[in-house]
Amino acid sequence: MALHFELVTPAKLVRSEEVHMVVVPGSEGEFGVLEGHSPFMSTIRDGALQVFKTAGAAPETIMIQGGFAEVGDAGLTVLAEHVEG
Amino acid sequence: MASLKELKGRITSVKSTQKITKAKQMVAAAKLRKAQARAEAARPYAERLTSVMASLASKVGGDNAPKLLAGTGSDQRHMLVVVNTDKGLCGGLNANIVRAASQKARQLIADGKDVELYLVGRKGRAPLKRNFPERIGNQFDTSQVREPGFEEAEQIASEVIGMFEDGKFDVAHLVYPVFKSALAQDPTVQQIVPVPAPETAPSDDAGAVVEYEPGEEEILEELLPRYVKTQVFGALLEIAASEQGASMTAMDNATRNAGDLIQKLTIQYNRSRQAAITTELVEIIAGAEAL
Repeated sequence: MALHFELVTPAKLVRSEEVHMVVVPGSEGEFGVLEGHSPFMSTIRDGALQVFKTAGAAPETIMIQGGFAEVGDAGLTVLAEHVEG
Repeated sequence: MASLKELKGRITSVKSTQKITKAKQMVAAAKLRKAQARAEAARPYAERLTSVMASLASKVGGDNAPKLLAGTGSDQRHMLVVVNTDKGLCGGLNANIVRAASQKARQLIADGKDVELYLVGRKGRAPLKRNFPERIGNQFDTSQVREPGFEEAEQIASEVIGMFEDGKFDVAHLVYPVFKSALAQDPTVQQIVPVPAPETAPSDDAGAVVEYEPGEEEILEELLPRYVKTQVFGALLEIAASEQGASMTAMDNATRNAGDLIQKLTIQYNRSRQAAITTELVEIIAGAEAL
C-alpha cells in the first residue's frame, strides 16, 4: 500500500518517495491520492500539500505555488513552480 | 633588438597575464561543475512537463486549442529571443550565438518577414545592434543577478507571452547554445511561440480514461505559459553551462599561449644577455692585450 509520490520544481526534483497518501490543493478543491487512484489531472492553487508517510501519521506540510498534479500508473507527480519547506 | 630591461619587463607582464588566465580557467572549471549540476537537476521537470503537454495537446486539438498552441494563423512577424552571456572571456561563444541569430534573422528578412530581436544578456547587444539597427526590441538585463534562475526565466517568458497576447508578433524563436561539452557549444534556434506541437507520445495507458479538473482546455491553457517558461529557463541554464565551458577552454588556450610566449622571450633574453657578456669580455681582453 504505497503510493509513489514525486514533487518536482524547475530547479530540481524535490521528493521522490513511497508514501501512504498525499492531499493536494487542487484548483477545484483539495483531493487526497492513495495508491491505485484512477488517472487524474488537475491544476493546483497555491497552498499546502500534505504528505502522510503512513496511515494515521501526522502529515508533513509542504507549501507549493503554481503548477499541476498528475496521477497515473506510476503514481502521483506534482509539478510546482515554487516550493517552500 | 630589444634591450635586456625591456625584455624583462615583457616577461613579467606576460607572466602576470598567465596568472590571470590560469585563475579564470580554474574558476570556470569549478563553476562549470555547478552549472552542469543545475542543468541536470532541471531535467526531470522539463521531461514531465513535455510528456504531459504531449498527451494533452493530442486530446485538445483543432479549433478550440488555445492561441499559444495554435498560433495567430499568420507567420508574418517573427521575434528572436537571443540569449547571450553577460561576461566575456569565453572565446567565440557569443560570436557564434550572434552569428546564428543573424543568419536566422537574415533568412527571415529574405523571406519577406518582419523580424524583431529581444536580447537577453549584455554581450550580444553591440554586434546585433550593428547588424540590425532597426530591429532591436526589448532587452532583458541579467547582469545584476549572479545566477540567472527560474525567476528571471519567468520574467522573460511572461514578457514574451504578454507581447504575444498583445499581438506584437506571431512566431517567437529562442536562440541559445546547447552545451555539449567544454569544447563544443552549438547555437540552436528553437521555436517557442506558438508552442510546437509535441510529437504524440505513445500513450501507455490507452485503456484508462484520465479525468481532468477543471477541463482539458483549461489545464492546457495553464500549462502552455509554464512550458514556455521552462524552455526559457532551460536556455538560461544552458547558457550558464556553456559560458563556463567555453571560458574554461578559452582560458586554457590562453594560459598555454602565454607559456609559449614566456619561453620564447626567456630564450631571447638569455641570448642577448650572453651576447652582452661576450662583448664585454672581448673588450676587456682587447684592452689587456693593448697594454
